[in-house]
Amino acid sequence: MGGYHGPDQHHAAPKAGRPMRLGIGGPVGSGKTALTAALCKVLKDELNLAVVTNDIYTTEDADFLRRNAVLDDARIMAVRTGCCPHTAIRDDISANLDAVEDLEERHENLELVIVESGGDNLTATFSQGLVDKQIFVLDVSGGDKVPRKGGPGVTTSDLLVINKTDLAPLVGADLGVMDRDSAQVREGRPVVFSSIREEPDVPKIADWVRTHVHEFLHH
Amino acid sequence: MRAHLLMLADSRLPAGGHAHSGGLEPAVTARAVASVPDLADFLHGRLWTAGLVAAALAAAARAHAPAATDWAGLDAEADARTPSPAQRTASRAQGKSLLRAARATWPSPVLDGLRVPVAGGMPRAAHHPIVLGAAAHVIGCTALDAASVAAYGAVTGPASAAVRLLGLDPLSVQRALAELAGEVDEVAEEAATYAEKDWAELPAVSAPALDLWAEEHLRAHLRLFES
Repeated sequence: MGGYHGPDQHHAAPKAGRPMRLGIGGPVGSGKTALTAALCKVLKDELNLAVVTNDIYTTEDADFLRRNAVLDDARIMAVRTGCCPHTAIRDDISANLDAVEDLEERHENLELVIVESGGDNLTATFSQGLVDKQIFVLDVSGGDKVPRKGGPGVTTSDLLVINKTDLAPLVGADLGVMDRDSAQVREGRPVVFSSIREEPDVPKIADWVRTHVHEFLHH
Repeated sequence: MRAHLLMLADSRLPAGGHAHSGGLEPAVTARAVASVPDLADFLHGRLWTAGLVAAALAAAARAHAPAATDWAGLDAEADARTPSPAQRTASRAQGKSLLRAARATWPSPVLDGLRVPVAGGMPRAAHHPIVLGAAAHVIGCTALDAASVAAYGAVTGPASAAVRLLGLDPLSVQRALAELAGEVDEVAEEAATYAEKDWAELPAVSAPALDLWAEEHLRAHLRLFES
């Protein structure tokens, strides 16, 4: 890791007349798909939304969302990433853009498209050519040192979600340390602690998404 | 124009190629490729079949581009030379991604108009070598240049997928590519001779095992690559 760690300086993709695109990234097993499913359940009656999943090996995440009937099948598209989840969301975003634009063509007046990344590591972030806002998901079982280690997902995402707080006592993770270190590396960008298992309607995260979709569509 | 041509051939051009193994993944699954010598054989076979066909189509597209308003005929020639529906889909997906990247990088009405009409339906994405030939025209390159990029891509794509799928030594893979370089040039030169000929004369060599594996690959439960 070297050089500039601040927000991306490139111009964002043009926004007029299209839905907000929200990226959800983070390491394997941190709860990205669970968060995506939770957001769909909570928001589908108030927002016109669709989801693109990125899977490395299978279409498992898309299948999970379909099985759990959180959205109509036609509102879910799976992208296979060719061994490199971070390439497909950051360096060469063409397959994801194709999927997002297909969904936008098929469903008129979409307000939100969630792009869920394949599980990767701490270096994965979304290109501004693909998403307008991004959430990075960590979980406490990775250890309370993870926020301190930084990486562009932790430091620059628009919202950092630290998930599975219910596991903290079991894995000996100190949430206070994670809170302090996150605040330090994120220079004031928001952090939310969550346990999707204990609080399946993810109220704080859903509120954050609502606010940003509203701002995106009306400003 | 040299630098433009190098950009067009560079795997860092964001045109979706990283998600495709060019048939290498199903060959690995079938245990036909497990080592660098196997890979060299695979690349040799792919170069003289799918590679030659793609290179000739790219050269023909480059020759057709200055006057092109309708790409349907050449696109149908590509369809006819791609027996596996899975490979046709993969080629159109890569054509669409390349068109997106090329239009953003080298804006031109030639690329804006590159759609294949479909009777009674929405126009669809063109095959990859056709977009490649059109882009070569836009950046001022020759039919041989277009054929060279296609032939080169026919072996470098699967080679980079092999490094990821099999964990092969990347330096040994580069050496295998270097040993094939003379043949890549030969294929490009042969392909370029078709640029101005009647499209019916375009080469139609095929590799039936690759076609069959491409179909099996589509149904595989676990796979890393789109094709």
